Amino acid sequence: MGEPYRMETQNLSVYYGRTPGVRGVSLPIHDRRVTALIGPSGCGKTTFLRSLNRMHDLTPGVRVEGRVLLDGEDVYAPGVDPVVVRRRVGMVFQRPTPFPTMSIFENVVAGLRLVGVRDRHRLAEAAERALRMAALWDEVKDRLHAPAVGLSGGQQQRLSIARALAVEPEVLLMDEPTSALDPISTQAIEDLLEDLKKTVTIVIVTHNMQQAARVSDYTAFFLNGEMVEFGPTERLFTNPEDPRTEAYITGRFG
Amino acid sequence: MPEWIYRRLGDRLFATLVAVLGLGVVGAALLITVVLYQGSAEAFRTFGFFGFLTSSVWDAVRGVFGAWPPLLGTLITASLALLLAFFPALAAAIFVVEMAPRWLREPVAYLVDLLAALPSVVYGLWGIFVLVPLVRAHLELPLFTWAAARAPLLVPLLGPPTGIGLLSATLVLALMIVPYASSLARDALALVPQSQREAMFALGATRWEVVRRVVIPYARAGIFSGVVLALARALGETMAVTMLIGNAVNLPYTVFGPAATMASLIANEFTEADTDLHLSALVAVGFVLLLLSLLTNLAATWVLHRLSRKEVRR
Repeated sequence: MGEPYRMETQNLSVYYGRTPGVRGVSLPIHDRRVTALIGPSGCGKTTFLRSLNRMHDLTPGVRVEGRVLLDGEDVYAPGVDPVVVRRRVGMVFQRPTPFPTMSIFENVVAGLRLVGVRDRHRLAEAAERALRMAALWDEVKDRLHAPAVGLSGGQQQRLSIARALAVEPEVLLMDEPTSALDPISTQAIEDLLEDLKKTVTIVIVTHNMQQAARVSDYTAFFLNGEMVEFGPTERLFTNPEDPRTEAYITGRFG
Repeated sequence: MPEWIYRRLGDRLFATLVAVLGLGVVGAALLITVVLYQGSAEAFRTFGFFGFLTSSVWDAVRGVFGAWPPLLGTLITASLALLLAFFPALAAAIFVVEMAPRWLREPVAYLVDLLAALPSVVYGLWGIFVLVPLVRAHLELPLFTWAAARAPLLVPLLGPPTGIGLLSATLVLALMIVPYASSLARDALALVPQSQREAMFALGATRWEVVRRVVIPYARAGIFSGVVLALARALGETMAVTMLIGNAVNLPYTVFGPAATMASLIANEFTEADTDLHLSALVAVGFVLLLLSLLTNLAATWVLHRLSRKEVRR
């Protein structure tokens, strides 16, 4: 394909106890492209996504096998600090998760405070940049110090995106980021991705095939914990190679 | 009897019962206040309300009674005990909710709660037979000897290193209120949504940073409620304090020396009060204690209101 991979999984499996949630997935993630993971509920796409920034480390009883390469280095290699991995690979969740005791501004710079940034000008600049990237700046610039929970659901989700972007991650993982939002907020976030991918590599899990077709450059189709097919989005949607992919995208199940 | 009469009657009966019982509780509280006030009347008439509060002489022989020493004793022991208890209580809650492996959580939580189930008199006995000798030998005597040699100015502040007194009472009191603060803090921490923690972890936070920046702020109202409950308990705790504090109503108090709290004073002197004025003064101390608890609770409610108003939770 000629383009560099920013991340890559090799034969990745995730087990809940003895039950495999994801089995043997090898997926390239192209630099500064949007990769969509689609598939029916329970197919393992979220489980797969959470293995990319080692979120499973937080859940007792979950085991990850195989390799997850970030710029060619395995994030599960011994001696790799998951905290550092998560700084480089950010995440946005299904539901907006503003920190309720913090202002809008403090929410955005929360990650920067973690790395010890104290300089007010730097924080202010970073907050503005992140909020602009998340297309939220114009709506909140006059009330940066108001509580974040006063925002609407769609604004809260864009705030969560801004918060993830403020630490300048190389990769942004998005777990069904619009599934709890209304169509207009969904539209706003989809529009955003087009701009974001100029600087950030994006992996998005979506339940919504139209969304995957609209926003992604590459699509991976998951079924029962396995990756059935991967390819450029247009090709995968117009000319799927696997009959199961075709069945799914034509709406015969899922 | 037709069904509807039966149903309506049952409903009425139930409503009446609930109202009577519910209002009965309120009535009892009001009645206690009234009785305490009436009982205090003679003392307040003799010394004046503020005179009674601010006078520091409590002398049953001369019939002069001032509530300032026991009031001060209550404020000192309760606030110091709270200071001592807060961090261990919060730490125990954080350990159980955030750190401990799953199999260890229930047992630790249970044991901490068990501290609240021990009768006060048992704490008192443990204090007398275990803590007092330890405190005397390993804390008070060394400090006293050091002060006598190096800083003689401190000696009158420290007081007699007998083990029985303010310090021992405060230490036991602190231990007794840990489970109250810890239990509520634990519930509050457990109520913090996992999504809040994950969001902070995903920004590259360590476990400690997640606890400090997200979990504790989110749970602060509940943590504060635990502090208030613990304080209320410390203000009114009687038996163990009476057994350990030395029951001396004379100012000035010293760090090691005997003192009295309002509760310990009442418990200690109630059976010996042979004049009406003495009895009335003791009831008045009880009334002041009630006022203090009431004020603490009102202040707490106000703070709690402010804490939870700032964030509108989904």
